[in-house]
Amino acid sequence: MTRKQIVILGGGTGGTMAANRLRRRFHADEAEIHVVDRDDRHVYQPGLLFVPFGLAHVEEVVRPRRRQLRDGVVFHEREVDSIVLDRDEVLLHDGTVLPYDVLVVASGVRLQPEETEGLTGPGWNERMFTFYSPQGAVLLNEALERFEGGRLVVNLVDMPIKCPVAPLEFVFLADWYLRERRIRSKTELVYATPLDGAFTKPIASEHLAGLLAEKEIELVTEFNAGEVDGVGGTLGSYDGRELGFDLLVTIPLHGGAAYVGRSPGLGDALGFVPTDKQTLQTPVKPNVFALGDATDLPTSKAGSVTHFEAEVLVENIARYLADEELDAAYDGHANCFIETGFHKALLIDFNYETEPLPGRFPSAFGLPLLRQSRLNHVGKLMFQWIYWHALLPGREIPGIGPTMPMRGKKAIPIDV
Amino acid sequence: MTMTLIADAPVDVDAEGFLTDPEQWNEQIGRAIAAENGITELTDRHWLVVTFMRERYLATGTAPSIRSLGKESGVPVRELYQLFPKGPAKLAAKIGGIPKPTGCI
Repeated sequence: MTRKQIVILGGGTGGTMAANRLRRRFHADEAEIHVVDRDDRHVYQPGLLFVPFGLAHVEEVVRPRRRQLRDGVVFHEREVDSIVLDRDEVLLHDGTVLPYDVLVVASGVRLQPEETEGLTGPGWNERMFTFYSPQGAVLLNEALERFEGGRLVVNLVDMPIKCPVAPLEFVFLADWYLRERRIRSKTELVYATPLDGAFTKPIASEHLAGLLAEKEIELVTEFNAGEVDGVGGTLGSYDGRELGFDLLVTIPLHGGAAYVGRSPGLGDALGFVPTDKQTLQTPVKPNVFALGDATDLPTSKAGSVTHFEAEVLVENIARYLADEELDAAYDGHANCFIETGFHKALLIDFNYETEPLPGRFPSAFGLPLLRQSRLNHVGKLMFQWIYWHALLPGREIPGIGPTMPMRGKKAIPIDV
Repeated sequence: MTMTLIADAPVDVDAEGFLTDPEQWNEQIGRAIAAENGITELTDRHWLVVTFMRERYLATGTAPSIRSLGKESGVPVRELYQLFPKGPAKLAAKIGGIPKPTGCI
């Protein structure tokens, strides 16, 4: 075939894995691979959870993007202006035009704290923080070090968010941190969520609600935050409830990258890209694919999801370029460690159809599922090494594939 | 899932009273469910939201979240809460005869 142009927007988890896997898949004569990102800072996002508690330093979780890309991948440190779907072109802010045969949208999400009334007003980064950005995590660390007790409210404004378990992990770790500092008895910990339980999936939700109760963390459900007063220290919901706080940790609204909104026909109202849940092709145009947090798929916005998607994506791009039918199918497989403090963690594993179940992963002799253990905590810490050295380069991890394993799980019938 | 009678029509509902088959729905059923949930009169604004939810579900297989409802239906989130006090997306879905919005994970 003639040399194809593959343009990948975003040099984060998804874009890097896709680029490296595609680079291995295609000979240099077969495809040119371009990655576009506006900066050269690749953040290991799960690491941000530990920064507020002084358990990780922000420099440890950031590395240069271009160094994670294989030789032969062209990196453009540029802002994307928009995509012209009719002409198969990406316009960059500096006026450069990148034509493509295949486009991969992997630009993740954008935090939108300004969409909640009052959140970025007085008190922002003084008594209201988010640990979802490197800068926010550092500032929150400083605030926690100054904290001497009071009301600490953790609120996720609305779904979807990246790593839906991270706010729970934060509140578990906060409980531990405050106990270590001997100010837990002077602190009320509150977890306010728009969901009707601790988590979205029934069995895991019950387990996690039990953990919150055990740790004396108040759970406030169906709380849709509408406005914040950072001076008076109150968080108000649309249905008229108010939560007072001395320190607010918010997970702000998430939307797609700004250029998605500037590219007619590409995204939905929130800037996410409609994507086929099995093939990862978009209905926008057959040569446009998407993966990771940038999609509208009904699964978690999480690195594990992106990793499993990347295998399917690369296979389907190869098929598309060879004029073959796309038959690689993603099943919604996701898994995540949930830090629960005191050197322990839970592990959950699920897909579109199967909710997180107890048992072991990836088989009967693996890590315990839905149960706190030290082994899972060690797994979570080891994962950072695996991320930089195996996942991003696109190496296979033995025993862990894109399809969710049922072996090792205990099937529990659920009344729907 | 159980069969029940709403506005004299037999319909299949889940444990929380959401219709499981949108085809079984009609406007009388919508009014009856609304009344049962404390909304005695469905105004044009209510119908605008209910119809939007229903059409979106039938076209895409998923109901919009409150946030996209606020952005796309033309009814701001604050007003959505005035119209459907107990949780706009859920209540509008119930009245519109579509399954309970699952939300994202």
